[in-house]
Amino acid sequence: MFSYCADPETLDGLTWLSCYLTTGKHMAFYGAFGTVLLLLAITAPTALAFGFGGASAARSSLAPLRWVGKAYISIVRGVPDIAFFLFFVIALDQGFEWLRHQALCPGWDQPVRQGNDFVVCQAAKLPLSSAPQWIHEVYGFFLAVLTFAIVFGAFAANVLYGAMRAVPRAQLETAEAYGMSQRQCFWRILVPQMWVYALPGLSNLWMVLIKATPLLFLLGVEDIVYWARELGGTKTPQFTDYPHGDWRMWYFLALLVFYLAFTRVSELVLERIMARLNHGQATSGGDAQRTTA
Amino acid sequence: MSCWEVIADYGLRSLGIGERLLPRDDFTLCKQVVLIGSGMIWNIYFGALALVTGFFLATAVALGKAARNPVARKLSTWFIFVFRGSPLFIQFFFAYFAFLSLKGVSPIFDPFTAAWLGALIVLFLNTAAYSGEIFYGALQAIPRGDLEAADAYGFTGWARFRRITWPTLLRLAWPAYTNEAIFLFHATTLVYFSGFPAWRQKGDALYYANYFADKTFNPFVPYPILAGYFILLTLVIIGIFGLVNRRLNRHLPQAARGKIRFRPNLLR
Amino acid sequence: MKKILLGTAALALTAGVAMAQDTVRMGTEGAYPPYNFIDDNGDVAGFEIVLGNELCARAELTCEWVTNDWDSIIPNLVSSNYDTIMAGMSITDERDEVIDFTQDYYPPTESAYVAMSEEADFESGVVAAQASTIQAAHVAEGDAALIEFATPEETVSAMRSGEADAVFADYDYLKPIVDASGGELMFVGDPVPLGGGIGMGLRESDTELKEKFDAAITSMKEDGSLNELLVEWFGEEIGQY
Repeated sequence: MFSYCADPETLDGLTWLSCYLTTGKHMAFYGAFGTVLLLLAITAPTALAFGFGGASAARSSLAPLRWVGKAYISIVRGVPDIAFFLFFVIALDQGFEWLRHQALCPGWDQPVRQGNDFVVCQAAKLPLSSAPQWIHEVYGFFLAVLTFAIVFGAFAANVLYGAMRAVPRAQLETAEAYGMSQRQCFWRILVPQMWVYALPGLSNLWMVLIKATPLLFLLGVEDIVYWARELGGTKTPQFTDYPHGDWRMWYFLALLVFYLAFTRVSELVLERIMARLNHGQATSGGDAQRTTA
Repeated sequence: MSCWEVIADYGLRSLGIGERLLPRDDFTLCKQVVLIGSGMIWNIYFGALALVTGFFLATAVALGKAARNPVARKLSTWFIFVFRGSPLFIQFFFAYFAFLSLKGVSPIFDPFTAAWLGALIVLFLNTAAYSGEIFYGALQAIPRGDLEAADAYGFTGWARFRRITWPTLLRLAWPAYTNEAIFLFHATTLVYFSGFPAWRQKGDALYYANYFADKTFNPFVPYPILAGYFILLTLVIIGIFGLVNRRLNRHLPQAARGKIRFRPNLLR
Repeated sequence: MKKILLGTAALALTAGVAMAQDTVRMGTEGAYPPYNFIDDNGDVAGFEIVLGNELCARAELTCEWVTNDWDSIIPNLVSSNYDTIMAGMSITDERDEVIDFTQDYYPPTESAYVAMSEEADFESGVVAAQASTIQAAHVAEGDAALIEFATPEETVSAMRSGEADAVFADYDYLKPIVDASGGELMFVGDPVPLGGGIGMGLRESDTELKEKFDAAITSMKEDGSLNELLVEWFGEEIGQY
């Protein structure tokens, strides 16, 4: 990074540290914070969409759809997320490739499973093996987002399902009395009102999601924990210009600060959203705003 | 080797009873189910003990957070913030590190670096923080009328807490607390995965699932078995907590009791 | 910059002849020096990276390195997420049932015990090893109490903190650590030959690719360039071809 970093062995103190902290490897570490934030930013709305779909299915009047929705919610919630992460990415990847294989290579005569191998035709590979590395990484990232969304979608579905039931019955009855159809009742009355009941659950889910990101490295994404482990481990002079002992504690301390700070910021933002949602609602939170105003 | 023999050999392997060596070939479905099931003993041990002990600390922390005394309030608030705001696996890392350092100070701390005690302490503190926040929320939600009625009847101090505040608090907190229990049991899989070392290949369910996935190079058998066990465990927890919920709400009219609803208000 | 943002540790290498053929994706772990590790710039480096690039050049293939967690390195290979594994992986019967190996490019390895003092009891004391390695399996069979950690790093620090009496791992992994410790750590007992040599892992259905790499390894053994590489990375006492 800096010009004086050419020969780290001659450096000491702060200059050494400034060179050490700006190696390409550390840049990758700092970049990983961006990766985690990006993942959270994409996963949260996706998981919410999964949750909305799951909750809507679970309260559907169509029995098979209802079963699917309820099974999704209860099975995924019953399993530790770590167990999912350990085999889900490979399963998803194989599933996608198998579907593409069926669609793109109808004339393929060899079996897809050859012993232990999972082999699809070249055209069905995801991404194509001729694709540049960054496409592979984006695809891996996409799989990680999808896995997170499926797991946390089940929790979100559970929260939204409860929130939908918490909307006062009278509100829906009034809508019906006004001659609204089932669909209109759902979209115009139920959905806008359910958020205030869902927010406490959803904000906790957000906190859980933040704290699940250390498991990202299981999904093949090089996240902050991967780099903290890698950078913190003992480095012998043979393989690096910056040898040091076991510094994992300092790196993990940095992660701890990051997570605590992120939690605190989230708490403050969510409090503000809650205050806004409570505005004008016939709940105790809404009442409180009126009396203090 | 029949499946019964496998159960005799490996059923208690996670405690060190039975075969000394883990299976090294012929990984039948029976072996995988039995050994992963044997590991569940540890998951249940960690979960159950942490939950029971954590319950008491959680009550104290909740009362501390609601207390007038600023020292108690700050202490409880920070305790909850640190343990709820950081990933469990980082807590495990620092705990193991701290226990190792303490071991150098005095041999009293020797057992703390072993998972059965060290990891239990982390899980105990962790669940106390999460449950403490749940109880604190419930404490704030106790209807004013209940407390006024208690005052009118002349209840004070301990009697008021024991007879009025505490039962109401539990009743309000119970659905969220059920979720916390479920998540605590799920979190026990992290103990050997990224926290504490496994001694003599005695590990929890995930440790053995991982072992089989590594030996067979096929993750699609052991992990679903693990998932199946946890779904069963979750159902049992929901059943037990549902019974307690019924008892807590037994004085209410039937319709108002309602079924326990699993709205995760506070989870990991 | 984009590459860095995405956490790339890959190095594209174009062989002399531009071929219409697809890129061969080479899987490695990136956490096992000197075989493979991440250098200060965040790129993969090590003996296997240099060797792999040379093999690709000889086989006239375009290769690209990807890193993968050790635990799922074989499932991801058979699932076709990359085409080869070069990650210090010993050729064992168990693995050979699931994947194919080329001939070894590193002679059969020895594993060794390292401890803080000469008197350390590595035969019946507490021995640390990385979970799910051949070393862990070996210790489990003996009289010593096995204590398993997720990473090799943790096994060494457990021994330093007195949690374990000795560490049991690949000799070549331990050697630089012992050398850098300034006499604090030392090898104890005799080295234990474990596992076959190290070879490149491929899918069983990929016979064509395997033949190409086999031929490339043979040519490197014949002209002595593999021996030069071995000496360069592992020192004079390494077994040669």
